[in-house]
Amino acid sequence: MLDWHFFNTFAQKYENDSKMSINIEKIREDFPILKKEIYGKPLVYMDNAATTQKPLCVVEKISENYLNHNANIHRGVHFLSQEATEAHEAARETVRKFINAKYAREIIFTRGTTEAINLVVSSFCRSQCKDGDEVIITQMEHHSNIVPWQLQQQDRDIRLKVIPFDADGVLQVDQLDKLITEKTKFISVTHVSNALGTVNPVRKIIRKAHAHGIPVLVDGAQSVPHMPIDVQELDADFYVFSGHKIYGPTGIGVLYGKEAWLDKLPPYQGGGEMIKKVTFEKTTFNELPFKFEAGTPDYIGSTALAAALNYVSQIGMTNIAEHEQQLVRYAKEKLSGIEHIRFIGNAKERSGLISFLVGDIHPYDLGSILDKLGIAVRTGHHCAEPVMTAFGIEGTVRASFGLYNTEAEIDTLVAGVERAAKMFGRR
Amino acid sequence: MTIAEKQEEIISEFEFLDDWLDKYQQIIDKGMSNPGIDPQYKTDEYLIEGCQSKVWVYAEYKDGLVYYQGESNTDIAGGIVAMLVEVMSGHTPDEILETDLYFIDKIGLKEHLSPTRSNGMLAMVKQMRMYALAFKSKRCED
Repeated sequence: MLDWHFFNTFAQKYENDSKMSINIEKIREDFPILKKEIYGKPLVYMDNAATTQKPLCVVEKISENYLNHNANIHRGVHFLSQEATEAHEAARETVRKFINAKYAREIIFTRGTTEAINLVVSSFCRSQCKDGDEVIITQMEHHSNIVPWQLQQQDRDIRLKVIPFDADGVLQVDQLDKLITEKTKFISVTHVSNALGTVNPVRKIIRKAHAHGIPVLVDGAQSVPHMPIDVQELDADFYVFSGHKIYGPTGIGVLYGKEAWLDKLPPYQGGGEMIKKVTFEKTTFNELPFKFEAGTPDYIGSTALAAALNYVSQIGMTNIAEHEQQLVRYAKEKLSGIEHIRFIGNAKERSGLISFLVGDIHPYDLGSILDKLGIAVRTGHHCAEPVMTAFGIEGTVRASFGLYNTEAEIDTLVAGVERAAKMFGRR
Repeated sequence: MTIAEKQEEIISEFEFLDDWLDKYQQIIDKGMSNPGIDPQYKTDEYLIEGCQSKVWVYAEYKDGLVYYQGESNTDIAGGIVAMLVEVMSGHTPDEILETDLYFIDKIGLKEHLSPTRSNGMLAMVKQMRMYALAFKSKRCED
């Protein structure tokens, strides 16, 4: 509940938002791929939790950069290099503003959410953890917030503790008090579950953690595209997300870290950009944010991500959130009418997606028929196998929405699921 | 019926289905009428690697002929394995090894299945041929 209180107050402040509802038809014009036909049927793209489609302005930004502004950035004395450097650093400022970080130097560009988590986990464990220390995650983490910790377990004896969720897929945050001990060094939680759509009360978790002096990383891969985020308001120590899930290009993502923490952590990778001075005996490292950006930065990706963030800001994140909330409500209501449908995840606080099964039809089968109807959904375990294990299932069908989806498309989805269910007869 | 005749029969069943959903329906129905695999063989040992769905295939050799049983945890893969069992079962290892399974291309299965399913189907065919090859070598040893 706290998150939605925050959400609402932030929404009122959000300067670019208009009170007008958004014009979906106009928005769809910005995404050329949505005009595509699949097997002769209009594409209904509902795999946005995996990746979103790109508006023309993002694609044009990439080609424009390569065609007219391409040069390696930082330390270049020539015009193009300086121009590209300014664009890259302006992109950092755009990201800062978008999530309301305090300083642009707290924004580290990564390849995506996965790399951002790996960076924090690796640098944190190497510098702050010893044998016997504990880390708390949730039962609904994506593999990318489980496996990096397990990799660290090869070098030191770190125990992973898990906040469970209930039958509705709601996190049992009260368990946190029991899970936190003197040995707890870090808490790493997803803001929104990519398999269930549950919105977790991360503010509450962060407050509890901070009462014990424990830092918190929030995986924002599934939240940043769907709601306004203010990292200062949340008081998150680290907040990470991917560009391609918010209408930006693949291969670029963001690690936000509080300056105090980023200063404290050692570099993740070594190479160019991240050094101050190198001799064969000793190297001193560059200051933030460059300390964590070894090698040539993805300056094309960063500027295209900024174009995507500007695009959604113009529409307004509050408007997008409202529109998607309405889509989820509508989809839930309409899908409920299908015989033998079972929703996996029934949290009240939810965002962006619906996971379901129909009778004992295998998700692959259902997904294959929907595909033939031009409807793109994801099927399987969604890289969250512990979630599937908890529900005793192999996978789900997941319809995930973006700002361009419409109620008419949901009607198509519902008709498609009904048709598929009929094809698999016996249910 | 020869393997070729069985293939022709399947092709004729799909021939008049223009819509791919109807073809899928036919595949699903094939799976539904398949007796499946003896539960004792529904183990990891008989699981085919390379399929996204779980597919089990078991084969036995009786009086010079190979008899297959197959099943899947998904209906579409189940239909595909049912057709392969239908076509290949009850023939000598030589017949199985020498036969070109042209019905797959003819009914457009390969191009209409997703690449993961198409690869899975090839893995099924490969495994079924391996059984035939194994029985053939065994026969030579005997």
